[in-house]
Amino acid sequence: MSRSLLEENVASPETPGSKFFPPFVPTAALEAEADKRLAQFPGDQKRSAVLPLLHFVQHHHGYISAEAIEWVAARLEIAPIKVLEVVTFYPGFRQSAPGKTHIRVCRTLSCAMGGSHELMEKLCELTGIDRSHADSHHHPVTVSPCGNWSVEFAECLASCGTAPVCLVNDDFHEAVTPDKAQALLDAYQGNTTSH
Amino acid sequence: MITYKAGKQPDPREFRLIFKNVDREGWDPSIDCYLRDGGYEDLRKAMGMEPKAITEEVKKAGLRGRGGAGFPTGLKWTFIPPNNTKPVYLICNCDESEPGTFKDRYIVHQDPHQLIEGMVISCFAVGAKVAYIYIREEFPEAAIILENAIAEARAKNFVGPNVLGSGFDVEIYVHRGAAAYICGEETGLIESLEGKRAYPRIKPPYFPAALGLYMCPTIVNNVESLCHVKHIVRMTGEEYAKLGVKNNTGTRILCVSGDVKKPGYFEVQVGKVTMRELLYDMCGGPKDGREFKAVIPGGSSAKILRCDEGFTLKGKGPDGSDLKMSFWDIPMDFDSLAAVGSMAGSGGVIVMDDSRKMSWVLNNLNTFYAHESCGQCTPCREGSMWMKKISDRIVAGEASPKDIATLESVAYQIDGRTICAFGEASSWPVEAIIAKFREELIADTKPENESVPHNPEAEAQRRFLQPA
Repeated sequence: MSRSLLEENVASPETPGSKFFPPFVPTAALEAEADKRLAQFPGDQKRSAVLPLLHFVQHHHGYISAEAIEWVAARLEIAPIKVLEVVTFYPGFRQSAPGKTHIRVCRTLSCAMGGSHELMEKLCELTGIDRSHADSHHHPVTVSPCGNWSVEFAECLASCGTAPVCLVNDDFHEAVTPDKAQALLDAYQGNTTSH
Repeated sequence: MITYKAGKQPDPREFRLIFKNVDREGWDPSIDCYLRDGGYEDLRKAMGMEPKAITEEVKKAGLRGRGGAGFPTGLKWTFIPPNNTKPVYLICNCDESEPGTFKDRYIVHQDPHQLIEGMVISCFAVGAKVAYIYIREEFPEAAIILENAIAEARAKNFVGPNVLGSGFDVEIYVHRGAAAYICGEETGLIESLEGKRAYPRIKPPYFPAALGLYMCPTIVNNVESLCHVKHIVRMTGEEYAKLGVKNNTGTRILCVSGDVKKPGYFEVQVGKVTMRELLYDMCGGPKDGREFKAVIPGGSSAKILRCDEGFTLKGKGPDGSDLKMSFWDIPMDFDSLAAVGSMAGSGGVIVMDDSRKMSWVLNNLNTFYAHESCGQCTPCREGSMWMKKISDRIVAGEASPKDIATLESVAYQIDGRTICAFGEASSWPVEAIIAKFREELIADTKPENESVPHNPEAEAQRRFLQPA
């Protein structure tokens, strides 16, 4: 797959959150991560390292761009399409920038019974997010106009006994009833590090 | 004497084996804490045994997999071809994604060394020199805890080359998934670990124990199952098998969520607790002013049961009469829940009271399965989406009574027609909710909706409809 074809197929539109994430460039840390991960698999199974490397990229750059796919593919000696098909398959990978603080609210049964939809509504109200165009498959993430926040419905976060729950960046929060939404946002308001 | 944190004391009916250290006073996930409590002694014992003898103990113990299918763990281990010359892999399935299930979370966050010890023993038993912990992406903190724990265990020679001077080498790596439910299916997990889309493989021929990771023999076990191995080695299989009931041995962790006063996790002897004891005595009963309506007993894929149901079991009593059982007397074990037409699954018990509309519950689950279908097999990919569309209509009040029959027919056309069990997982909830709550669902529909085609133009004309 040529570079231009790849770019046509990777949709990374600018979002209000883009300004918080540095554009993808291969770093020494990324190289070190690649070496570490490749050592965990047989020499002829480099492709196995695709998920860990994409996680690393997304963690540092907010999303996975065409450039990142190109780099990972070259590093693992596989065709870029083999990386792109992974990015598009897994809900855990994004192709455009989230907000500086990304909130994933559990949508599934026990949390829904516990009020997670009401929590989502409250979070949207407080952050000025309009989720009316969100859809779970193609546009799961919605970013606030200021870029500080984004929200997404996640499927079962495996803490059904303490519903409703959410993940804020990499931090897990349980029993977040809608009345606690403001306090949750306050805790991340001065957040200087993105995920 | 073990004490637990305030407000986290286990219920007196519990039997804590795997969750012994969960919420324990003064407990932390470090190796020092684990060693002070006698940690890794079972590994020492195992290293003095023959690998085959460990497998024998696991078989004698009667351990059944705790991930959902309840397949005998020891038997699974023996499926590695005897003349095998390829490397053997062990994978710990920590993709805990079945809605309603939240047991592995506490093991990996609070007691990672128990899992590592269980894994090293299991690796030794099956001859695996490399093991992976496939952990769901939504447990970022646990992934770090496990990596640290492995490094600690390595420094003490419990993991790495020549474990405890036995000549046995083993490496354990943590591998994070990326938020796809299908990775909990063992062959999907293997594909994912190979760096591909997690499309499950067809069995036969791809039974992981013969053709698994990189087409090598691979044992995939759930977190809880691997932890049990450590206790089986300590107790011996024979002693372990005394816990629980016949063919349903040991302990298991039941996770209760939804409409009960005190939701939470309870480790009990398998089959020694009934639905009534679990929901009334341990979980405090329904919320004030409410009544229990329905229970999903083993993770969202398990068929729903009505709380006012009675069952006629197979076989006859000693006097030739029918064997009857009420919902409340069902023992929480694999065979009993299968006998009443559902399953023990992953141990996730989701409870609904009379404030819940079943159409809403159904739609929530359909949305989950439509989102999580991997898309490999047509019946499941298309069917899970159709089922969601129909239940969306029911919830919106736009469905007709005929839609219920359509929904049911779609479900039965997925069931049994897919490569992996996701087909059943997505269709069973629909089949069961319709079978048990048909009148309620029909009450949410309107006959006049039948005349409205499902397209935007027709939707715009809906306002002209008059009730029939």
